[in-house]
Amino acid sequence: MSAHQQAVDGEAILAVRDLSFYYGDFRGLNKVSLDIAQNKVTAFIGPSGCGKSTLLRTFNRMYDLYPGQRAEGQIIFHGRNLLDRKQDVNLLRARIGMVFQKPTPFPMTIYENIAFGVRLYEPLAKSGMDERVEWALRKAALWEETRNKLQQSGLSLSGGQQQRLCIARTIAVKPDVVLLDEPTSALDPLSTAKIEELINELKSDYSIAIVTHNMQQAARISDYTAFMYLGELIEFGNTRELFVKPKKQQTEDYITGRFG
Amino acid sequence: MSAVMSTSRPVRSDLQARQIRKFKLQDTLFHQLTLLFALLVLAALTGILIALAVEALPAFREFGAAFLWTPVWNVPEAQFGALSAIYGTVVTSAIALLIAVPVSFGIALFLTETCPVWLRRPLGTAIELLAGVPSIIYGIWGLFVFAPLFARHVQPYLQTVFGDLPVIGGWFAGPPIGVGILTAAIVLSLMVIPFVASVMRDVFETVPAQLKESAYGLGCTTWEVVTGVVLPYTRVGVIGGIMLGLGRALGETMAVTFVIGNANRIVGSLFAPGTSIASTLANEFGEADPGLHISALFALGLVLFVITFVVLAISRWLIQRGLARQGK
Repeated sequence: MSAHQQAVDGEAILAVRDLSFYYGDFRGLNKVSLDIAQNKVTAFIGPSGCGKSTLLRTFNRMYDLYPGQRAEGQIIFHGRNLLDRKQDVNLLRARIGMVFQKPTPFPMTIYENIAFGVRLYEPLAKSGMDERVEWALRKAALWEETRNKLQQSGLSLSGGQQQRLCIARTIAVKPDVVLLDEPTSALDPLSTAKIEELINELKSDYSIAIVTHNMQQAARISDYTAFMYLGELIEFGNTRELFVKPKKQQTEDYITGRFG
Repeated sequence: MSAVMSTSRPVRSDLQARQIRKFKLQDTLFHQLTLLFALLVLAALTGILIALAVEALPAFREFGAAFLWTPVWNVPEAQFGALSAIYGTVVTSAIALLIAVPVSFGIALFLTETCPVWLRRPLGTAIELLAGVPSIIYGIWGLFVFAPLFARHVQPYLQTVFGDLPVIGGWFAGPPIGVGILTAAIVLSLMVIPFVASVMRDVFETVPAQLKESAYGLGCTTWEVVTGVVLPYTRVGVIGGIMLGLGRALGETMAVTFVIGNANRIVGSLFAPGTSIASTLANEFGEADPGLHISALFALGLVLFVITFVVLAISRWLIQRGLARQGK
């Protein structure tokens, strides 16, 4: 694959180089190289098992939690390879936030859900924390719905609201990158639309990487799209170009619905 | 709806109606049967309570409510008070939990969060086996192995370290004879640990991986994930596990009888022999004469019943309060 295909216009916040990933003996990713552009949305599409979630989980080293999983290659973040053993994973995860497929509010109040992560790294006073919670909820377009019930359980919200709470919780710690792993696949169309709108607004402050099963979603919200298949990066580029004029036959087959 | 069906398909609806009647009958029977089983529990509970109360009545008539706070237990003079047994029961159980809860928490945490995969099964099985050891085994081990070792090596050490301190020194005063309140509490804690640890492990395992990953994803350390997310998520189950352990500690008879020393008095020192409700009952029922002695023993039993009930009630209340604080 040619080098220019992996690059993006403008700054890259994450530069992935020759990344391979192993689940024990099974290779889940094979020499993937691409850039995640700063303040842009990068979407990862491909059939189930193609490695797109695996790739996302290397960005914040979530795989570290599971014995037998390992990554080879480089992911450059602020000039350093974040796969380096010496990289502090807790600090890394505070700077590269993640939102999951199912909403995962913590079993505590709405307020505490957001304050929890902030408190880990910033000892804010009560008023500062109140401001931060409001700021994060406003950013996640959830403030109006929750301002009068901040002391209620995060679990009392609807599915779509819970997912926006999770996004608010992630951006409250002010990360550089937000990883979204199929964030709308458990939600109804209305909630999905809200989250998509939100992603569009968030990219002015954050660099976003999103894994999605939904090709229309990728086309709607992303600036760059990566198509993956069987652990390989098949095609990567400007979203418009990839969907309108795919360079590879496999990409065309996938986006026209001929397989996957 | 049924009208529509009966006009359109008369033959089939007849068959259907008969089927539905049959199902209804089965359902009702099943309902009644399960209700009966459930009522059996209630009947057993009230039955035990009433039997205890009736048998305990003479003792309460003789000594009144003072039975509860009189420390005298004099069989020849027929003077009975429950306080030393209550004291022994409560203090041994409390110390046992004080030891068992942190240890169990550590075991459960290790098993679910940090244990290498190959060690997980053998360790888990070992804990379950430990829970299955009959209490009499703990009793003889406590009396013949642990108590002498404790007397020779640990008690003198504790006395030299804490003996001169104002209040704490009193807890470790007296001759180091091995058997006593503290020994009973330690043996109890060993018996309780497998129960509390395996319940905690089971409830920790119910925490969805994604929930934990979400917390890790914010930059939490394992400790922060456990205290911030795993414990709040499993609070109800954890309290349940602790209460299960407490219930077992309060009622444990055989092992405690072996190592507590069976002295019906209250001494401030934890090294002193004492007694618990269950061990008093086990020791004295065999040779008790009908009359006030037997009745006093029943009264003790009733007290134990009430203590257990109060413990359960408190745990319920704790759980409710916990849920309220989470904003449910």
